[in-house]
Amino acid sequence: MNSEQAGQIIRFTSKFRLMKDKMAGSVMLTFTMVSVLLVVLIGIGLLIKSMPILHEKSLWELLCTSKWKPMRGDFGFLPFVMGTLWVTAIAVLWTLPVALFTAIFLTENSKAWVKKVVFPALDILAGLPSVVYGVWGILVIVPWISDTLAPHFVEYSTGYSTLAAGIVLGIMVLPLLISLFVELFSSVPREYREASLSLGATRWQTTKYVLLKKTFPGIIASVTLAISRAMGETIAVLMVCGNIVQLPSSLFDGCYPLPALIANNYGEMLSLPLYESALMLAALILFCVVFVFNIMSRLILRKLEQKLV
Amino acid sequence: MNIPFLGKKIKWYMQDLNETELKKGFFRPYQKFCTNESRRSNMIVENLNVTIQHNHILKDVSTEIPDRKITCIIGPSGCGKSTLLKSLNRLLDNNEDVKISGKVLVDGEELYAPGVEITHIRRKMGLLSQRPCPLPMSIYDNIAYGCRIHGLRNRKKLNMVVRHYLQAVGLWEEVKDRLHSPAGRMSIGQQQRLCLARGLAVEPQFILADEATSALDPISSKTIEDLFLKLKEEYAIVLVTHTLRQALRIADYVIFMYMGEIVEAGPAEQIFKNPQKELTQKYLSGVFS
Amino acid sequence: MKAVMWITTLLVFLFVGSILYTIVRNGWNAMSWDMISSLPGGGFYIGKEGGLLNAIVGSLYIVGASTVLGLVVSIPVVFYLNVYLKKNSKRGAFARLAYDVLFGIPSIVYGAFAFTIMIYLGLKTSLGGGIIVITLLIIPIFIRSMDEIARELPQDILNASYSLGATRYETIKVVVRQIAPGIATATLLSVGRAIGDAAAVLFTAGYTDNIPVSLGQPAATLPLAVFFQLSSPIPAVQERAYAAALILTFIVLILSILGRIITNRFSRNKI
Repeated sequence: MNSEQAGQIIRFTSKFRLMKDKMAGSVMLTFTMVSVLLVVLIGIGLLIKSMPILHEKSLWELLCTSKWKPMRGDFGFLPFVMGTLWVTAIAVLWTLPVALFTAIFLTENSKAWVKKVVFPALDILAGLPSVVYGVWGILVIVPWISDTLAPHFVEYSTGYSTLAAGIVLGIMVLPLLISLFVELFSSVPREYREASLSLGATRWQTTKYVLLKKTFPGIIASVTLAISRAMGETIAVLMVCGNIVQLPSSLFDGCYPLPALIANNYGEMLSLPLYESALMLAALILFCVVFVFNIMSRLILRKLEQKLV
Repeated sequence: MNIPFLGKKIKWYMQDLNETELKKGFFRPYQKFCTNESRRSNMIVENLNVTIQHNHILKDVSTEIPDRKITCIIGPSGCGKSTLLKSLNRLLDNNEDVKISGKVLVDGEELYAPGVEITHIRRKMGLLSQRPCPLPMSIYDNIAYGCRIHGLRNRKKLNMVVRHYLQAVGLWEEVKDRLHSPAGRMSIGQQQRLCLARGLAVEPQFILADEATSALDPISSKTIEDLFLKLKEEYAIVLVTHTLRQALRIADYVIFMYMGEIVEAGPAEQIFKNPQKELTQKYLSGVFS
Repeated sequence: MKAVMWITTLLVFLFVGSILYTIVRNGWNAMSWDMISSLPGGGFYIGKEGGLLNAIVGSLYIVGASTVLGLVVSIPVVFYLNVYLKKNSKRGAFARLAYDVLFGIPSIVYGAFAFTIMIYLGLKTSLGGGIIVITLLIIPIFIRSMDEIARELPQDILNASYSLGATRYETIKVVVRQIAPGIATATLLSVGRAIGDAAAVLFTAGYTDNIPVSLGQPAATLPLAVFFQLSSPIPAVQERAYAAALILTFIVLILSILGRIITNRFSRNKI
């Protein structure tokens, strides 16, 4: 055994190790590429499937008419688009202040035990399946609206309404929004706050002028993210929204959001190719909205994070 | 402090290496570099330039690291000391936006040449970071990890290696009863010594220490310094340090850096007693730090 | 202002309490051993006897299989992003953005997409279809939550391993020890989300009264059991929906509690 032979052995072992390293790397890269490509695949798949109806009518026409008679070839998406917008708007509007205040409370003034109790509660809220929210909506919110709330405003409501969907949806995005806000607020360095407090500002002033101002783009981005999440929520909304094809004229009317449209009709009407294509278009619209909103808000959030740190 | 085994490195890869074991698959990597007892490690840095995110951190650094000496890199903070140290074993590679040009020659092998097998060059250099960073495993496994990677699987020999290097850093008596408890539970000074032992166990030729004592209490730092003084009989030690006094105590050779350039380098006595450059004089006399 | 904050925080608690109370109260009444242990009998959907075993087993099959498949894909991806790629690498940022988008895509869109693929491949609604769609759905959840854990990995540990001459592949073995508890927790929470997702399996897994014995047969799932039985006009059947909802909630809560225990307990070797 001389050093010459030993050298060969060394080269062999380390070659082997490096080869393993490289091979593992390329396997991992493949997995990564494939999973990233999934986004593109979904987009293209939905686009191909919705081509037939887009050949038939223009997108603008589809989105702005409200007649929905698939059997006769009328596909007006307006009621569904409006339904989605209404429900999402209600959900985000009432959730925003609640989430904002709770997040400020959790990051700025609360004691350790409050956090210890609130965060697990939020985890539970975030983890509950959407059907459970739906069941809860049917058992609690719907009767509450039809028995208590609606009689003050309208003559009659079943309770299965835009408002009910908005409330249930709001609770579903609440944990997301709060956790986004908490993350945002805690990324603001302590020095900013101390600087403000040392100038004699009160806590609330500090929060208002330093925290909220510094993170304003982030708040917008978080809300955008929550909106995109809310728009896609299907089952819980479907269970309480009433599923009536109409332009909702009051909060107590039923509505029919896009995801509910897909969920209720897909798989049944495949004999009508144009109908299937219309439903795929609905999925494509959702996909595009979510895609754009997500990318926008993530980029804003990331930029803000880099700026603050 | 009594450090019994030091100076007598166990060459685990040399002992009873024979043909039959080789056929069984007991590879002893790196034997080549250690069979020659009269070996001299050498490291030469030539015109090293490092740019991190458009900041020119190291500018045309050229120097030589002497073997079996303690080389201290001193200079004000932000002068590129740590960057220089990290570029000596290519740890800067793991960051984006780092551009490196120039040469680092280790035993005649160029570090930044394309296609170089970096793992065996890194093995030649034990690294001691600012904060001790034990791997998330037991004390025993921390030391055995490097040896296992490089092909030592024999349980008995591993036990021997672990014991030897723990003794070398004076940890054996303190931890011999809890070798299999997590390394993270030791005190911070012990952790740093464990990291040193872990580095030594893969039989390096250089020890790179990046302000290795700055996170430690005075007694632990003293222990580490003493270890360095003993270890320099076998290893070339490069030490980045913040504290001039530490350099004064243990350095054989000093490199003074300022703003990414080497201002002055030479034997410790010469630099401390008779600095040639004005900047060095000012730094040593405490005009700036 | 502080009062408002207290109120909003209490409001959050109110919701959690109200939901749990409603589900437990209504579900408990309908709960019996039969519910968990037997298949739907004849006339189950007009209020005769039987249980939800088909849905429980179907859900477990689908989620179990897709968890395994999902982990096989997502663990390499997480390590690639955090060990193989450089810090702040552009490719990594791009991939993470893609996962964010995938994470945000509504499950109903996944369902619709998976269904078109199934038609393309000539598959019927089946256990296999459900597994495919839940796997697609679960991968971005896995990757994102694990990546969040892995990004907190100290660079020092990687450097320490590299400086001993380890390759990146060998370094992964060290990284695993550090983040294993986090990964386990992330897995459990993601599984909790996947098991409750109804929209995706709505037209991919189908519904049946039997326990599927092959990938080609349809499979019932708990969320759909809730959904379908609640739309029945017969009160006795609706009761069963509540029972199913209770079982589902119970599973999800157990998973999340387990996740917490793991984080707290098994961080033995963590630095």
